Amino acid sequence: MSNHSGFVQNLPKRHSAARTWQIIFQASTTIGIVVLAALLFNVVNQAFGLVAIESKIDPASLAVNDVSLRDLSKEQLTQILQEHVSTGLFRRLENDMGFEQRSRENVYALVLERVVEEHVVETWTLYDSLFRRDEVFARVAEKYPKARVEFVSWIDSKFVSSPQSSDAQKAGVRTAIFGSLWTITITIAFAFPLGVGAAIYLEEYARDNWLNRIIRTNINNLAGVPSIIYGMLGLAIFVRALEPLSSGGIFGLVDPTTANGRTVFSAGFTLGLLTLPLIIINGQEAIRAVSNALRQASYGLGATQWQTIWHHVLPNALPGILTGTILAISRAIGETAPLVVVGASTFITVDPSGPFSKFTTLPIQIYQWTARPQGEFRNIAAAAIMVLLGLLLSLNAGAVLLRNRYSRRV
Amino acid sequence: MHDEMILQSKPAATPQSDQVRTSLRRRVRLGESLIQIMLFLCGAVSILTTIGIVYELGKESLNFFTRQLWEDTNKQIVADLPAATALLEVGEGGRTLRSGDVIQLGDEAMRIVDADGRSITVDRGVQDSTPVAHKAGTDIFLSNRVSLVAFFTETKWNPQIGQFGIWPLLNSTLMTSLMAMLVALPLGLGAAIYLSEYASPRARSMLKPILEILAGVPTVVYGYFALMFVTPLLRSIFGVDVVEIYNTASAGLVIGVLTLPLVSSMSEDALSAVPRSLREAAYGLGATKFETAVKVVVPAALSGITAAFIVAISRAIGETMIVAIAAGAGSAFTFNPFKAAETMTGHIVRISGGDLSYDSIDYNSIFAIGLMLFFMTLGLNILSQRIVQRFREVYE
Repeated sequence: MSNHSGFVQNLPKRHSAARTWQIIFQASTTIGIVVLAALLFNVVNQAFGLVAIESKIDPASLAVNDVSLRDLSKEQLTQILQEHVSTGLFRRLENDMGFEQRSRENVYALVLERVVEEHVVETWTLYDSLFRRDEVFARVAEKYPKARVEFVSWIDSKFVSSPQSSDAQKAGVRTAIFGSLWTITITIAFAFPLGVGAAIYLEEYARDNWLNRIIRTNINNLAGVPSIIYGMLGLAIFVRALEPLSSGGIFGLVDPTTANGRTVFSAGFTLGLLTLPLIIINGQEAIRAVSNALRQASYGLGATQWQTIWHHVLPNALPGILTGTILAISRAIGETAPLVVVGASTFITVDPSGPFSKFTTLPIQIYQWTARPQGEFRNIAAAAIMVLLGLLLSLNAGAVLLRNRYSRRV
Repeated sequence: MHDEMILQSKPAATPQSDQVRTSLRRRVRLGESLIQIMLFLCGAVSILTTIGIVYELGKESLNFFTRQLWEDTNKQIVADLPAATALLEVGEGGRTLRSGDVIQLGDEAMRIVDADGRSITVDRGVQDSTPVAHKAGTDIFLSNRVSLVAFFTETKWNPQIGQFGIWPLLNSTLMTSLMAMLVALPLGLGAAIYLSEYASPRARSMLKPILEILAGVPTVVYGYFALMFVTPLLRSIFGVDVVEIYNTASAGLVIGVLTLPLVSSMSEDALSAVPRSLREAAYGLGATKFETAVKVVVPAALSGITAAFIVAISRAIGETMIVAIAAGAGSAFTFNPFKAAETMTGHIVRISGGDLSYDSIDYNSIFAIGLMLFFMTLGLNILSQRIVQRFREVYE
């Protein structure tokens, strides 16, 4: 029985191969988790940490009669300002707003901005700030003897509520958040009714003919088109061809600051086209999942096709449709490339006020800050990523809650 | 008054059975048909989108390939040229002019019929221009068009100075995609096999959402991760001199992570669709779990897995923000993954990020790149659908 003994001899080898491969398969699954952890660590690591701040003039030297700068009166502060800035600048500030009308806080802020001129010279990651504190302080003492070191959380309430600025310490994401919200509102208003309508047509009405087959195949293919191509479509159609409409010109609403059709309107519709296939595909699945018995019962009672769909199919499919829509919308919120192509503004400090305003969005802001070479902009990019991820997480949690709540009821 | 009369007269005039009979007739419901037409139009928007994409990309690409650039030849005419003379005398130096070339003096275009050293015979006023008199010393410009051959064969891309070879961009796109697939295919397939064949239901319910989160992270965040984490990691492994700050390797690796959930979830669907009986049969013949998975289940699900691979490649080719952030700006034809090289998508983003004026060479060129990108990804997607349709094993 040489065959049999060969079989037995082979067994340990086969078993050990099986074990090795199981570990390999397991490891490849774990790598996803490891990368996700590394990504989150990387973001958090950048969003907090020590910074070295240098000022042109030491605030302590500005103290008058041992009263520190912070406690000086408005008149003293005005005098300091007058002594340290050029006469031209002082006159300009005076012209902007008379010093009699300015509050003490306002003058104090001006002194900090124009006289003390604090600026970040170097930043460190959270890891370095916690575990290599001594090295950081040694380096600061050697390289920037005049600088003071502070622990900074780049993400705080001020970051969320202040507008964009060219100074990383003052910059915030408020304009970007408003831009994102405006864009997404238009996207939903455009893509949701259209997507659900198309899904109803394809599932309830469409017969199996060549036209409907083309529509089906086409939707599947559109879902695989790179997002940047949609951006180019948006640039050619919404921004360029429909410029009178997308800049608000035909409504007489042209924002004087808006250059051509690069508006919230164009961005919203571009993202709408992008999310449309996703909403349709998800909607189709949700409608397909509604039991046929429900339709037959409704027909049996004499309802027309539309009455059946409106009163029975749609209410039952709605949780599924909404879940799919939320997922599509969260993809749209994170989308960057098409908006860069459509022409999001690189730098605006005014909140968008309507569909025909210039705009920037959270991902665009992250992209632009990341593209800057200065370290502190990378830090606020990380902070903006945390805001974006928080937004997406709450959206997705909403989708999961919705799914759980309704799936129990049905 | 009128209504009342009808109401009163109706029951008397028509007996009950008659009413039922008339209402049984197929009624034309205007509202219902209208709704159906509206819903059809919703579906038709998707077709319009496709037509819009092909039309706009095609139109601008056509502009790109038919547009005429005038290059300075550093040659001037030496004598005054009256409006009707076909013979012109040109100066020494500059580019050599050949017969067949189209040249421009002022606003007038001319086609060279015969070039004999310094005296040149031309057809005056071609390309809808009018023959006018030119003064001595007028500069001669030579027509240059973007040819399809140059587009697909040359290895320098710089539209501003008349270099139109797509290869530097295409090459780095292929490099990042290849790098991504080296990560995503083995890991994605491994994860799919683990999730479908090995994992307990509890482990599955924990692992799958994590992979879904990975798929839901915005690409700009991945770009940040590539630049701020993977690149420093690569630089500390291979050396700061070897790895540039912007490089295709880190972009490619991170695209791989991005497409990993796509590969694993599509492959897992395919593996789960293989019927239990096949696995039982393999176990019955004495196969180990590994042998069953690799020699029975994976071959049975091969069409689905291949489709997943192809969709992942298409996704990697079209990925934009990661390469725009981490792969560097400026086209470069290099096979070194540690050097900066701009991809097709990265180039489109960089060019359109600035103030792009319509009908400039840059504007037209990004549409030509976009059209190529569109056909590449569309071809791959159709291929994957075909593979699923044609090679799917149907088990009864």
